[in-house]
Amino acid sequence: MMNPLIPLLVAIPLAGAFLTMIVGRFITGIPRYMALTTLLATAFISFWLLLAGEASPSVYIAGGWEPVNGVPIGIHLVHDGFSGLVLCIISLIGLLSVIYSISYMAWYTSENFFYALFCLMIAGMNGVVLSGDIFNIFVFLEISAISSYALVAFGVEKNELEATLKYQVLGAVASFMILFAITFIYWSAKTLNIADIRSAFSTGDRGSHYVLIQVLLLTGFGLKAAIIPFHAWLPDAHSSAPSPISAMLSGVLIKAVGIYVIIRLFFNMFVITEGMSVLIATLGALSMAAGVFLAIGQWDIKRLLAYHSISQMGYVIMSAGIGMTLMARGIRPDVAALAITGGIFHMVNHAAFKGLLFLNAGAIEYSVGTRDLHEMGGLAKSMPVTSATSFAASLSISGIPPFNGFFSKLIIIVAAVMGRFYLLAALAALVSIITLASFMKFQRYAFYNREPDNIRKEIKEVPAPMLLSMITLAVVCLLLSLLALPGVRDSVLTPATEILMDQMKYSSQITGI
Amino acid sequence: MTVYLLCFILFLTGLYGVITRRNLIKIAISLSVMEFSTFLFLALVGYREGGVAPIVDTADPVKTYVDPLPQALVLTAIVIGLATTAMLMAVIIRIYRKYGTFDIREIKNLRG
Repeated sequence: MMNPLIPLLVAIPLAGAFLTMIVGRFITGIPRYMALTTLLATAFISFWLLLAGEASPSVYIAGGWEPVNGVPIGIHLVHDGFSGLVLCIISLIGLLSVIYSISYMAWYTSENFFYALFCLMIAGMNGVVLSGDIFNIFVFLEISAISSYALVAFGVEKNELEATLKYQVLGAVASFMILFAITFIYWSAKTLNIADIRSAFSTGDRGSHYVLIQVLLLTGFGLKAAIIPFHAWLPDAHSSAPSPISAMLSGVLIKAVGIYVIIRLFFNMFVITEGMSVLIATLGALSMAAGVFLAIGQWDIKRLLAYHSISQMGYVIMSAGIGMTLMARGIRPDVAALAITGGIFHMVNHAAFKGLLFLNAGAIEYSVGTRDLHEMGGLAKSMPVTSATSFAASLSISGIPPFNGFFSKLIIIVAAVMGRFYLLAALAALVSIITLASFMKFQRYAFYNREPDNIRKEIKEVPAPMLLSMITLAVVCLLLSLLALPGVRDSVLTPATEILMDQMKYSSQITGI
Repeated sequence: MTVYLLCFILFLTGLYGVITRRNLIKIAISLSVMEFSTFLFLALVGYREGGVAPIVDTADPVKTYVDPLPQALVLTAIVIGLATTAMLMAVIIRIYRKYGTFDIREIKNLRG
């Protein structure tokens, strides 16, 4: 069934970006409201599709090129349980970041460029998530990557430019590896549609370069997702960007163009092999542990948060890897489903609490004028809302009940124990404790310590739009715990897990329409 | 087979350049080398021995055509590559204005 709402998710932000550029040239002050309208529309459509959509994937074929003899030839945009969930977090965090930017970006000039690039980044991410065609994933990936390079450099000072250079060189290397892998896929499978590639890989001879394709794709998207050996650009880029952009990059971008694509391709496109699954689980565990150890020595707030992003993404990759390993061995499908559910749940949660933490860091920078933990203290009195919301987010990321982070980490650890990955389960618990320690340090130095004597400036709470975004995200952090309840989980998380677990469902439903 | 290997060597040359060069402009050139080796490979995958341009001729049904899809992909990828290179060059020019050097060893404000 063709669903006409699906292409709007790419078309609206794309149109919003270009209209913002044109209209913003003539009328100052309007770009922010145009971006807000764009994001509101996108958020409405993505939540509508998730909540009212049928359980089976719905497909839109661009240009109406119907499959010929069962071979898909058009560009497919696919909306299923998993992509629907990711679309919702993209538009929710995007919307709140735009509201936050209304006050925050008053520091900067060229407002219309900022909002145009922001909408372009959203369009690119939505496109990556919706695309059912591997070459279009590459095209949309580049749209979001180029706009995020520009957004990281938005301050055009020394640090921003250095960060964006690293980001851009590594991002370009990653893109070419992905394109190289796509070429190999086209060579061996003679098609670019993910579902069709799956049927080509699962029936015929996979060719000698099957492993090379997997390694190239894992490296390419691993660079985009900043899994540990490829993480060098992330702390610089995420800490140099303006804070609402850091929230978008850490909260959404590394998931939409990195983690989402890795999970989608390795579950729905490749035939799962045990070697690759173990490799993915190991990389995940490595990022989880190394990220948190690198984070603990940081005194710059945003850099600390950026290293925690690496660590938390490790949880997601590790649980996907556990699920894949169990599926490859063909044992305990219930535990595999639990692990994958935990991973997806943690990904959604991470978007909420890491987005909130970066917005808090931005609020502190806005009021105090520094990001160094040594130079602040006693902010709990002067900035009560920032303090309370960041406390909620810190509890959430360290996995304290009743916040959402607790439930997703619990599910991941339980799944690891049930799947007999005792070492990984112990590591996950240990990393969670170190995360707690690291956030205790952040809370204590920023909000509860005595004020340093050299600050004589009056510190005020941030303006209302920034408060609104932070409070909304803190409420979202609490509400997301409800996803752990059986009734709610079945309608939101289970469809996402099913589409990944069911080996043939994705490809048969998309090619067989 | 040789031509594919040469293409892969070109890709690795670009990667080597990105890793070892110290000058920002040379890094950008190495990235372009990587980029074009990928485009070349993409075009090679669509090539058929003795193939002609894929304009279907009903009078001669046995004619071999080259695969048109990789050619379309290469065109798209070239446009994307142009945008990436332009963006990178813009950043490098800005860096030169701020730091007064193209040497990557001198550009190290951010640490750890």
